[in-house]
Amino acid sequence: MHRLPAHVKVVALLGFVLVVVATPREQVWAFVAYALMLAVVAAVARVPAGFVLPRMLVELPFVVFALLLPLVATGPRVDVAGVSLSVHGLWAGWNVLAKGTLGVFAAILLAATTEPRALLVGLQRLRVPALLVEIASFMVRYVDVVSDEMRRMRIARESRGFHAGHVGHVRVLAQAAGALFIRSYERGERVHLAMLSRGYTGALPVLEEGGASAAAWRLAAVLPAAALAVGATAWVLA
Amino acid sequence: MTAPPAPSLVVRGLAYAYPDGRQALYGVDFRVERGERVAVLGPNGAGKTTLVLHLNGILSGGLGTVEVAGLAVRPGDRDALREIRRRVGIVFQDPDDQLFLPTVRDDVAFGPANLGVRGVELDRRVRRALEAVGMGDVAGRPPHHLSFGQRRRVAVATVLAMEPEILVLDEPTSNLDPASRRELAEVLRGLDVTMVLVTHDLPYAMQMCERSVVLSDGVVVADGPTGQVLQDADLLRAHRLELPYGFDPRSVPEVTRG
Amino acid sequence: MHVPDGFLDAPTSVATAAVAGAAVAVSLRMARGELDERAAPLAGLTAAFVFAVQMLNFPVGVGTSGHLMGGALAAVLVGPWTAVLVLSVVLAMQALLFADGGLTALGINVVLIGLVTVAVGWTVTKLVLALLPRRPASVVPAAFVGALLSVPAAALVFVGLYAVGGAADLPLQALAATMVGWHVLIGLGEAVITALTVSAVVAVRPDLVYAGRHLQPALELRGADGRVPDQVPAEPDATPDRRRRTGGLVAVGLAVTLLLAGVASFYASGSPDGLEHVAEEQGFLDTARDHAFGDLPLADYGDVGGIPVGLAGLLGVAATVLVGWLVFRLVASRRPDRPAATSDDRERV
Repeated sequence: MHRLPAHVKVVALLGFVLVVVATPREQVWAFVAYALMLAVVAAVARVPAGFVLPRMLVELPFVVFALLLPLVATGPRVDVAGVSLSVHGLWAGWNVLAKGTLGVFAAILLAATTEPRALLVGLQRLRVPALLVEIASFMVRYVDVVSDEMRRMRIARESRGFHAGHVGHVRVLAQAAGALFIRSYERGERVHLAMLSRGYTGALPVLEEGGASAAAWRLAAVLPAAALAVGATAWVLA
Repeated sequence: MTAPPAPSLVVRGLAYAYPDGRQALYGVDFRVERGERVAVLGPNGAGKTTLVLHLNGILSGGLGTVEVAGLAVRPGDRDALREIRRRVGIVFQDPDDQLFLPTVRDDVAFGPANLGVRGVELDRRVRRALEAVGMGDVAGRPPHHLSFGQRRRVAVATVLAMEPEILVLDEPTSNLDPASRRELAEVLRGLDVTMVLVTHDLPYAMQMCERSVVLSDGVVVADGPTGQVLQDADLLRAHRLELPYGFDPRSVPEVTRG
Repeated sequence: MHVPDGFLDAPTSVATAAVAGAAVAVSLRMARGELDERAAPLAGLTAAFVFAVQMLNFPVGVGTSGHLMGGALAAVLVGPWTAVLVLSVVLAMQALLFADGGLTALGINVVLIGLVTVAVGWTVTKLVLALLPRRPASVVPAAFVGALLSVPAAALVFVGLYAVGGAADLPLQALAATMVGWHVLIGLGEAVITALTVSAVVAVRPDLVYAGRHLQPALELRGADGRVPDQVPAEPDATPDRRRRTGGLVAVGLAVTLLLAGVASFYASGSPDGLEHVAEEQGFLDTARDHAFGDLPLADYGDVGGIPVGLAGLLGVAATVLVGWLVFRLVASRRPDRPAATSDDRERV
């Protein structure tokens, strides 16, 4: 999985997620099947649970929302353990929870098996407009620079006793943000000048050939195809 | 002037101020013929790096003109710029600004790849450039595993791979130990290019370049044979240029063109 | 506020994806006028910056926190078209590399965080700038107001999208009130951070702030002997027609808004929304009619006065846009156009 070219993985991921989202929410068994499929992929790619689970926390606000839906939604209600819950809300909450979580899980698997630079080359192969890929490639370069500078500035601040605790500290953080921007820019500016001087015009130069073989496409197609089978069945049954 | 070939570099009346308002060049006239080796000397803050950045169109928007082998440097003209950047190879002062890819080979290939060179020809250029600087055996290594002097030489190779007509080097000897300095001199000597050497290192200028131009406070204050410039004690003193301890320009032979 | 997969139904996701795609395509074309050779890495840096800063939470009250959206900040730093690209890239990268935001919800997120915040942030910033003295420092208060308004605007559009395609019917007025209220507070934080960041950048590197590019005094260049040389004639590729670009911005904004209003209204449920449904059932409907604007036509988004919902939506949007456009034209026409001979920032570093 790690060795599949990035653009193949992105297409497979997209296919999978589209099928998941299109599946009617009442067919609960289908979602269980999807989750199992992803778990199989994770096992094959040797992505540890310890990598996946913490990253799923990014979904937390919407999980909370999904849990609240049955309580605040309107429509016919049902009694569960003494609490009156909206039926619409229960289904809606389940919908959000299931599809959202599966989407997150799948995306994490992509991220776990793909280097950012490889992903950009993949996007370029998928004919994503060159300007977007260029901005993204600079973004990836700069994220390291910015994070590093942020860390250093935070250490310097906290060494002098500062902790972000209340709204007044926003000012300090924001001034630091401006300085951070300039410092990062100037650090990268010289490298960019060198790149320009060597003829860089915006497109990532192709340093070596690296297309995807038919076998790679076939392998990647397994996941969305399986999902499609489940999804189609679910549609028929619904 | 119609004598062939066209002069490699013609700079006329170049004036420039940075966005924060600081004016760095006040009208620079500068000319380099094909095959010449010219040193650009001057104190810190004289405008040497600013001048260098104009030579391939990275800085622009001030006054004056720059011509490279007959082609005018115009920032809006992308095709002309691409050709100019092929002809003018700039080696910046800090090699770490120029080595940003995972292996030495990738970095050296970056330039020609941007010019559209592919496959076998690309490999050939990379190999030739690395051999020219004596770094043929490190192609697969990450640049940050090399010593500073080695990185300097690889940085020169990244530019050589583009087969430029003019090689511009900004402070090539800074932070080099004497042995690396000598090795670099040997490499540069062996190249068949027009050369502009921006440096503080007066003996190096004496060793490498037959002609020197002194830039101070954004204008050219002297232009002549290197030996002559370095023997003008008043000139040197007026512009914060100092000969290193024990160095007498009269005691070394003048380098000749060719 | 990164919406995950399956949050909104298929028609809404598709519609917003179409809007987002169209907007990005337009921005790609228009951004060429904003970007010069050196500005692409600046856009990348802005993207990295927005990305990094979006991970910071700041407290907005008891027990709640918000995070920066960055649309107004990006627009002020690199221009509105490039800002759309920047935010789209950030959102795409977050979805692909960090699972933050569903892949099928990318259109929704781009519309909310990429389009609405940029459009509102930029428009408001320009409006405020037109009223202030022409100095680079004026960008700071302008950016403050732009950022402040951009966040609740996005919240409103979110509520609108939820009303159209949300999973379950929620009492809309309550949802709107909560969301907007909360996001005004977040907007305040965003405004402060945006303004202070911009002020720090303007102070040291005014050339990096797109919104202030025409506010800098023209440079004077002198010869070595103090003589002022004649100006070099302007470059053959002159500055692109600014009026045409602004016109383009307005046209696209108008089209997007009308499309949203038309499509959204079409899909909006003909049956009364959550609150009204409850109100009807409980017989509170008469009380609702006493609401302040109850007597005006269109106030009740139903079949009041025989005007169907869709049309009401369209008319409402059209009225807002018309008023806004008129104000903008009035303000813009008061500013004298710069003479062509003065050096444009695009030609400088």
